[in-house]
Amino acid sequence: MKKNKLSLFSIPYVIWMALFVVAPIIMVVIYAFTAAPPDGGFTLDNFARMGSYAVVFARSFKLALIATLVCLLIGYPVAYFMAKEGPSFQRVAMMIIMLPMWMNFLLRTYSWMAILEKNGFLNQFFSAIGLFNLINSIFGTDITYFKMIGTSGAVVLGMVYNYLPFMILPIYSVIIKLDHSLLEAARDLGANSAAVFRRVIFPLSLPGILSGVTMVFVPSVSTFAISRMMGGGTQMMLGDLIELQFLGGAYNPYLGSAIALVMMIIVVICMYVMNRFGEGEEEAMLL
Amino acid sequence: MSKELIRLSNCTMAFDGDVVLDNINLYINDQEFLTLLGPSGCGKTTTLRIIGGFQTPTKGDVFFDGVRINDVPPHKRAINTVFQRYALFPHLNVFENIAFGLRIPKVDPETKRKVKLSEEEIHERVMEMLHVVNLNGFEKRSVSSLSGGQQQRVAIARALVNRPKVLLLDEPLGALDLRLRKDMQNELKRIQQAMGITFIYVTHDQEEALSMSDTVVVMDEGKIQQIGTPEDIYNEPKNAFVADFIGESNIIDGIMRADGVVEIFNRRFQCLDKGFEKDEPVDVVIRPEDVDIVDEAAGQLKGTVTNVTFKGMHYDIIVDFYGFKWLIQTTDFCPEGSHIGIKIDPDGFHVMKKSQYSGMFGDYSSYSEEYDEIGDATYDPEQEEDSREALDEEE
Repeated sequence: MKKNKLSLFSIPYVIWMALFVVAPIIMVVIYAFTAAPPDGGFTLDNFARMGSYAVVFARSFKLALIATLVCLLIGYPVAYFMAKEGPSFQRVAMMIIMLPMWMNFLLRTYSWMAILEKNGFLNQFFSAIGLFNLINSIFGTDITYFKMIGTSGAVVLGMVYNYLPFMILPIYSVIIKLDHSLLEAARDLGANSAAVFRRVIFPLSLPGILSGVTMVFVPSVSTFAISRMMGGGTQMMLGDLIELQFLGGAYNPYLGSAIALVMMIIVVICMYVMNRFGEGEEEAMLL
Repeated sequence: MSKELIRLSNCTMAFDGDVVLDNINLYINDQEFLTLLGPSGCGKTTTLRIIGGFQTPTKGDVFFDGVRINDVPPHKRAINTVFQRYALFPHLNVFENIAFGLRIPKVDPETKRKVKLSEEEIHERVMEMLHVVNLNGFEKRSVSSLSGGQQQRVAIARALVNRPKVLLLDEPLGALDLRLRKDMQNELKRIQQAMGITFIYVTHDQEEALSMSDTVVVMDEGKIQQIGTPEDIYNEPKNAFVADFIGESNIIDGIMRADGVVEIFNRRFQCLDKGFEKDEPVDVVIRPEDVDIVDEAAGQLKGTVTNVTFKGMHYDIIVDFYGFKWLIQTTDFCPEGSHIGIKIDPDGFHVMKKSQYSGMFGDYSSYSEEYDEIGDATYDPEQEEDSREALDEEE
């Protein structure tokens, strides 16, 4: 009886989930298999048409993957060394990592645009130190700026800048909780610092890496603002494509739903495979 | 007989000026079972960590087989440790935990090249070790599925499989229940003798120390109070601290009137101790089991029983002699409030020189200092220990 009474408290949450999580997913699924009016009715056309967007799919996953990798390569060492430092350093470092996240997302991305533009800070700086003159005199070229905005690199930069904290924090929180005596035990058993890292610290921080990768990859693959602003319209990603179908000129929510559904399925598969890989890694260590 | 393996020479350890070890001199023989015994914060764990290489003494030298090893890191010492809370690797199963040290390539002293053990050899040695610690068939189990006693064995196997010259054990049985602890004590002793490895064992449990060790080192406040065989330590404690820490002791102020004559409570008794100055003030230890209870009239001393506790084998009775409470263990029942006399044989007296510990221990108004301290709101027992541990952590 008591259990039933307690379960009453979960009812609002169940309703919330049903209304705002389950129902929308069902609607997306239904829309994805529905033909645009006036035809209506069940169709697989939406999926068949997706072939023409293969480039966008490929670009989205490629850029998200690169951004995730870069975040991991930067984030892991940052998290590792942060966890090794004293508490006062950790507070300051945490502050510095979190601070940009409290600034509006659009503002952050606009700032990057201002830095990377043709006449932005960076190009002006290069110009001021005579970098372009130097390059021109050596290679006989005639450049006055680097094209940075509107490249895939700029999109990746935008993603890395925005999502890096999501990589650092889970890894940091795993490493800082590592039992110090395990590291001493490893040293005691003959492991030098490199072996301690490779055989104890890294495998034990895998859960943090996995959740960091997930938290960076998923928003990266579905982003639309970053690719639009940093990519200058040349780097269309899935998020932009979907937005176009719902709000843009190409209005077709049925196709948009189908794209969203396929993206979701691919992401779920990616996550599943990665988690399996993570487990596999741990098991491989056991063998 | 056996040769010296480890020597700590004038070792001092200080954290931010707080002296944790004060000029320790200690040598440990090959194949010896040596126990560092003392209350928490006495420096025993720090001593162990210095031998293991996790801490470098502020002053003094550590020698291993005659070679100074102050600057040799832990992974290059032929010493392995069983950690207090086992420190098993949670991401590895029992087999891989034990194989951890074997999988690390070792430098061959002759060819100077790194050699890796073959899988077969690793398998063979792990299995052999599982057999030694009585865990046959556990190799595939995850360490989190093991009980405390089993984890303990894995930790021992993981250390021993590397065939160290010395095994350090930091209160390894602290987390086990009493009966299991006794079994493990026997097993550790058996393993130590079977493998012929030097064991350095840290504990605060005096019974554990007495029953397992070849040599006991009693420590307090960063100093070695006494080194000796368990029998020496028990029968001939050097000062009031050792007498109190090892077993139960009544410690009474006395005066040495002549060789073999000691005076307590203004009465002279025959004892076996010699070599003190005439009329030298001393501490006299009388073990609770060395006191015979007799009729009040026939007693050398007369007292009143104030407390009786049944202990199964015997009664613990507290007897008030002229305001000083003694603990006496007797198989005769004496009701509370009864007046009794006691007799002590000459070998029941253990006379010690006065020390900084004189007057601190040995009165049984209550059994432990801590009991008095917890009633005192201004005393914070954690404070002392925590600050020490915090310092240890910092290293």
